[in-house]
Amino acid sequence: MQLTGAEIVIRCLHEEKVEYVFGYPGGSVLYIYDELFKQDKFKHVLVRHEQAAVHAADAYSRSSNKIGVCLVTSGPGVTNAVTGIATAHMDSVPLVIISGQVPTAYIGQDAFQECDTVGITRPCVKHNFLVKDVRDLAVTLKKAFYIAKTGRPGPVLVDIPKDITNQKCEFEYPKTIAMRSYNPMVKGHSGQIKKAVQMLLEAKRPMIYAGGGVILSDAAEKLTKFARSLGYPVTNTLMGLGGFPATDKHSLGMLGMHGTYEANMAMQHCDVLIAVGARFDDRVIGNPANFAGVSRKIIHIDIDPSSISKRVKVDVPIVGNLPDVLDELQKLLEASAGVPDPKALAAWWKQIDEWRSKKSLKYKQGKEIIMPQYVIEKLYEVTGGDAFITSDVGQHQMWAAQYYKFDKPRRWINSGGLGTMGVGLPYAMGVRFANPKATVACVTGEGSIQMNIQELSTAKQFRLPIKIINLNNRYLGMVRQWQQMFHGNRYAESYVDALPDFVKLAEAYGHVGMKIERPADVEPALRETFTKHKNDLVFMDFLTDQTANVYPMVAAGKGLSEMILAEEL
Amino acid sequence: MRHIISILIENEAGALSRVSGLFSARAFNIESLTVAPTEDASLSRMTIVSTGSDDVIEQITKQLNKLIDVVKVVDLSEAAHIERELMLVRVRAAGKDREEMKRIADIFRGRIIDVTDSTYVIELTGNGSKLDAFLEAIDRSLILETVRTGVSGIGRGDRILKV
Repeated sequence: MQLTGAEIVIRCLHEEKVEYVFGYPGGSVLYIYDELFKQDKFKHVLVRHEQAAVHAADAYSRSSNKIGVCLVTSGPGVTNAVTGIATAHMDSVPLVIISGQVPTAYIGQDAFQECDTVGITRPCVKHNFLVKDVRDLAVTLKKAFYIAKTGRPGPVLVDIPKDITNQKCEFEYPKTIAMRSYNPMVKGHSGQIKKAVQMLLEAKRPMIYAGGGVILSDAAEKLTKFARSLGYPVTNTLMGLGGFPATDKHSLGMLGMHGTYEANMAMQHCDVLIAVGARFDDRVIGNPANFAGVSRKIIHIDIDPSSISKRVKVDVPIVGNLPDVLDELQKLLEASAGVPDPKALAAWWKQIDEWRSKKSLKYKQGKEIIMPQYVIEKLYEVTGGDAFITSDVGQHQMWAAQYYKFDKPRRWINSGGLGTMGVGLPYAMGVRFANPKATVACVTGEGSIQMNIQELSTAKQFRLPIKIINLNNRYLGMVRQWQQMFHGNRYAESYVDALPDFVKLAEAYGHVGMKIERPADVEPALRETFTKHKNDLVFMDFLTDQTANVYPMVAAGKGLSEMILAEEL
Repeated sequence: MRHIISILIENEAGALSRVSGLFSARAFNIESLTVAPTEDASLSRMTIVSTGSDDVIEQITKQLNKLIDVVKVVDLSEAAHIERELMLVRVRAAGKDREEMKRIADIFRGRIIDVTDSTYVIELTGNGSKLDAFLEAIDRSLILETVRTGVSGIGRGDRILKV
C-alpha cells in the first residue's frame, strides 16, 4: 500500500515501539502532526519550548534506557532544540530528533523558517540526515534508531522537507540494517583483558574509576559484582553516580573538581587504575600533566576508541561493550589462581581511611540560615534515598551529587558534559513519563529554574507531580564562588535581582508553592511535600546561605591532590 | 610530523563538510585535502595532509573512523607510499623568457598545455617539494597565476585501500 511521508513517519515510530514523542508543532511538520492526531499508539507531549522537548526526551532515555524521540519544526524549532541536542550529545544519550524542513524546492532560497539544519546540528549529533526522497524515509528512520542506540550512543537527527511528508510511496520497514561504514565494536580484545586481570591482581594500590558509560550500558550490577569480588575502592564520576552503590563501604564517592578528598587522593596515588566507561575529562582529573606526573598503570575500558589515550596515556586499552568486557574480566578473575595481595590492600585501605577521616564534605548547620547541603541531606532522608533526582547546573548540582547517595543507576539525571542550565525541570518531566510511579525531585537554583520555567505549564497539563527543590541564594552561586576565589570578590552580574515570588508563580501555574526560610522547617516541609502533596507538583523555595561554597574544590588547571578544603579557609 | 591520511567515505551530500568540520571543531590542522569519487561511484576517496604529534594523529584517525559515513581510514605515512600533486602555472613567456621557460618545464618534466603570444600554461605533476622547486627555479616575476590540487596519495606494493 502507498503511504504518505507523514504516515510513514508515524508507522516507523510505531515499529520502534515509541511510547512518547516530545515536540512542538509548526508549519513544516503539519502533515506529520495531522497523522499523529489520527493515531493513539504513542502519546505526544506538547512542551512550551523546543529546548525542553529535547531535554525531556533526553531524561526519558537516561532514566529508562529507551530511545528518546522529539519532533520539532524547521528554522526556530530546530535552533531552539540545538541546546538540548548538544546536551544529549555531550552525555552520549540516544535520541532521535525529527525536524521539519521547508519544501525541497525552497531549500537554499532563504525561505520562511528555513535554516541549514543539517549544517547547524552536525557538530552536536552522532549523525544526521536530510531526506531528499520519500522512498528513503523509512530506511533513514531505521538507521537513525539503530545509530542512536548502538556503539557509543548519541542523538541522531532526521530532517524532513515538508513536500516529502506529503508524497507517497510503498512502505516497508526494514527488519535489520547493515551499514558498511558503521560497525561498532562490541567484543573486547581477549589478550588485553587477560593483561588487565594480571595487572589488577598485582596491584598494591588499586583504584576503580567508573563513569557514565557504566550507566549508559546498564553495567552497574556487573561492575558492582566485579569491584566487590576484588575488594578494591571505587570512585564514580558525576555522570557515573549510581553505577556503584554510594553506601557501599568500597565507595569513595565522587571524584574530580568537587570530588571527595579520599577519591581524589586515591586517584592520584594509586598504582593501578582501571577506568570503566569514563573519559578522564578536565573536571575529573584536573591538569593532565599533573595527573601524568605520578606514575601508575592505567587500564581503560570504553566503547569509543577515540576516548582512549585522548587526554591520558593508557597502558591497557580495551575497546568494547562494557557489560561484555566486565563479564570477561569476571570470568578470568574467578578462574585465576591469583588473589590481590592482602597486606598491600589492607595498607591501601588504611591510607584511604585516613583520607576519609578528613570528612571533606562536612559543613555546619546553624539555627538561623539554611545550609544548602542540609536540604539535600534531608531530601535524601525523606525520600529514603530512592527518588529520581534531576538537577540543573551550578552549586546546587554539585551539592546534590555530593550529598544524595545514589545506590542505583539511572536515578541521577544531570547535564554533566555541556553543563546546561535549565535542564532540571524538563528532565524531571522526562523521568516521570518514563517512570510513571516514581518519586521525582528536581534540585535547582533560582538562576537555572528560570531558564525553562515555562515548563510548569506542561507539568500541569500532564499532571506531573514533580518536587522542585529550589536552593535560592539570590546569586548565580557557582559564578559567585569563582568570582570570590579567582576574581577578587568582584561579583560581576552574579547577583540576581528582582526575583519572582516563586510561591505565587507556582500557584499561578496551578501548582503548590512553599517558601522555607528556617532550618527547623526544612524537614517538616519536605515531609509534607512528599506525603500530603504526593500527587501535586510542589515548588519548594528554600532561602539558603548566600555565602556557601562547594568544597572540596580542585581549581581549574590544578592537580587532583591540590584540593581546597572547607576547613582551610 | 607530516602525515598523509587516506579515507574512503560514502559519497553522500555533506560528506566533505563532516570531515572538514571535524578538523576545525577539534583544532586539527589540514595542510591539504583532496576528494573525488572512486571507480565505485558510491564511494569517495579523500587524501588529507596534516601535521601533528603522534598523539594528535592517533586522535585524528580515531575521530575520522567515528564519523558514520567513513568506511575506511589509513595513515599512508605508516609505510611506503607515493604522493602526487598536480599544478598548473600560467607564466609570462615572451622574448628571451619564452625559450628559457620551455627549457625549465622540460627539466621538470612539465608539459606546456596552453600557449598564447606571451604566455604558457605549464602542467606539472610530482610531490609537493618538486612543485615548490619548480616555482623557485623560474623567475618569480614571470608567474601570473598558479593552481595546485593538493596531494593525492596511494600505498606502494600490495597495500590496497578498498572496501
